[in-house]
Amino acid sequence: MNRCFMRLFAIMRKEVQQLTRDRLTLGMVVGIPMMQMILFGYAINTDVRHLHAAVADAARTQLSRQLVADVQATQVVDVIRRVQTAEQLRQLLDRGDIAVGIVIPRDFEKRLQESRRRDGRTAAQLLVDGSDPIVLGAARGLTGLRLSQDTDRHEPPRVPLFEVRNFYNPERRSAVFVVPGLIGVILTMTMAMFTAVAIVRERERGNLEMLINTPVSSLELMIGKVLPFVAIGLVQVTLIMLLGMWLFHVPVSGRVADVYLAALLFIAANLTLGLLISTLAQTQFQAMQMTIFFFLPSILLSGFMFPFEGMPRAAQYIAELLPLTHFVRLIRGIMLRGAELGLMAGELRALAIFMAVTMAIAVLRFSKRLD
Amino acid sequence: MSRPPEIEQTGERLAVRTRGLTRRFGSLTAVDHVDLAIPRNAIYGFLGPNGSGKSTTIRMLCGLLTPSAGEAEVLGLPVPREAEALKHKIGYMTQRFSLYEDLTVRENLDFVARIYCLNTTQRGTRIALLLDAYHLEHMADQRAGTLSGGEKQRLSLAAATLHEPELLFLDEPTSAVDPQSRRDFWENLFRLVDAGTTILVSTHYMDEAERCHRLAILDHGVVRAEGTPYRLMADMAAVVVEVQAQDYRQIRAALRALPQVLSVAQIGARLRVLLNREAADPEAMVHDALHRAGVAAEVAIVKPSLEDVFVTATQATGRADGAAA
Repeated sequence: MNRCFMRLFAIMRKEVQQLTRDRLTLGMVVGIPMMQMILFGYAINTDVRHLHAAVADAARTQLSRQLVADVQATQVVDVIRRVQTAEQLRQLLDRGDIAVGIVIPRDFEKRLQESRRRDGRTAAQLLVDGSDPIVLGAARGLTGLRLSQDTDRHEPPRVPLFEVRNFYNPERRSAVFVVPGLIGVILTMTMAMFTAVAIVRERERGNLEMLINTPVSSLELMIGKVLPFVAIGLVQVTLIMLLGMWLFHVPVSGRVADVYLAALLFIAANLTLGLLISTLAQTQFQAMQMTIFFFLPSILLSGFMFPFEGMPRAAQYIAELLPLTHFVRLIRGIMLRGAELGLMAGELRALAIFMAVTMAIAVLRFSKRLD
Repeated sequence: MSRPPEIEQTGERLAVRTRGLTRRFGSLTAVDHVDLAIPRNAIYGFLGPNGSGKSTTIRMLCGLLTPSAGEAEVLGLPVPREAEALKHKIGYMTQRFSLYEDLTVRENLDFVARIYCLNTTQRGTRIALLLDAYHLEHMADQRAGTLSGGEKQRLSLAAATLHEPELLFLDEPTSAVDPQSRRDFWENLFRLVDAGTTILVSTHYMDEAERCHRLAILDHGVVRAEGTPYRLMADMAAVVVEVQAQDYRQIRAALRALPQVLSVAQIGARLRVLLNREAADPEAMVHDALHRAGVAAEVAIVKPSLEDVFVTATQATGRADGAAA
């Protein structure tokens, strides 16, 4: 039998016609991003522990090792890598592998002595991923640290032990950090719900009973219903980015094309989730409930609200299963650190796997039979 | 190839053939060993009360439900195995309006036409033809949700016949329309049959069933009677006696006492009494019974109606008072 793309287009066409008449959904397409943007434009702060860190120790003395041990003992950071140069730290920071880099200069001991003087220099340096204000705040807490084997305990240093070098978000504005993640939050909220509701509505109103008696295949029906929402998702991405730039001066450090590519994959993952929900829900109300059931862990565990590193191990495992977690990493990398997509292939792969699995289950579950 | 030649022949003549078609839902047997031979180019009715298995049978014939046992062949295609191929050849009109209420009449028809892959010219001519035939032209750009029951039904029929199906399934098509619309609707159906379509219609309306070329009376998933309405009435296993009197309460009690009485139903100012064929002279029997009860009444044997056939067929298992409910 010859393939008939006409059916696919017929479904898309009909979906667009219906959408243009559905004021509520159209209102949500624009209203949700605007509302969320204003609600989340302000910071959410919390205590941070176990930030991934790397050390570039050029001094290699007993005292420098002591410094690293003391920093570790605060539990604010976990040293996961040791590298040679500050430049290498910068690369790890760019890739998002670490949140904090500790630079100990060759003349650390001398600087430490000098730090007792009023005009002294700081003994070491902290490189911080300042795009996350919570991380930045935690790192700043480390500057007050005192070396436990300090030779002269009676004379406190006048200069902090560390100098903090803040990358990516020099002005320390929370909005800069929140807005990119917000793209993911809004897409999670709207995309899955729109598709789930769109299909369940057909079932509720009896349209599906008519459709299953026509030659339309499950795949044609699903893809035809989903594609118009991809366009809507991209409109939302554009809207949030423009609002972010206009209201909060959020920079786009990386390539805009990368932002859209990452968003496209993320939208697809959420739409297939919506399809899956639509095969489980009997009514539109159930579909919305299920979307919220998925939305809540996404917003809480993805690292959008609270730093991923601060969460218990179990929560981290769950978070890895959520597409939003991967998208938040991707979009922050691109928009704030200017990272290239290629550097974050792992996150892209995770999204692609999520999409493939949900789509497969949805197509298997959606049957043209009634039994 | 490996099929017996006998089936291939019947496949040519018959639109639908089933053998022992059965569908169970848990412990409930909705359709119980139904054998059907539905001829082409005619209107075939499934008459039965709600829950008698009409819809379940139709759904199995469309390939939407898998039979628990038995086999079915529709337009020469075994279902549900060849259900997808069958879908190009059949039309289905659901009981409930199932087109899109937020699209206009024309948009709905255009959508369905595209679903069946009609090209631009075919779409244009078919839609124009159907809008005209079903008197939908003046409301072509109106949203389907604003149409009346009869208009929606005409639109549904237009959509179901857009791709000129060989076989049309109608699931209780006139449950939401007024009598005039129902008459018009049946006119349309006969026109379709004249053009070569086979129509399968499920109903619980007697007047509707009476218009069918052939009927199967379904009850609890079993075919109780089958044939043309005329033959069903002629061959009915009961005699109909009409009683006209003043006090029906007393008459009913007297008649129910007779073992031969199958059902007593009040129709306007008359009582319609069904007696089984054991009664040698039913007229005299009723007369005597009423006389014994001391009621004066006029008694006459009348021609059976399809409703009588239906009551006899579905209540054959035991006696019941039709008007009691």
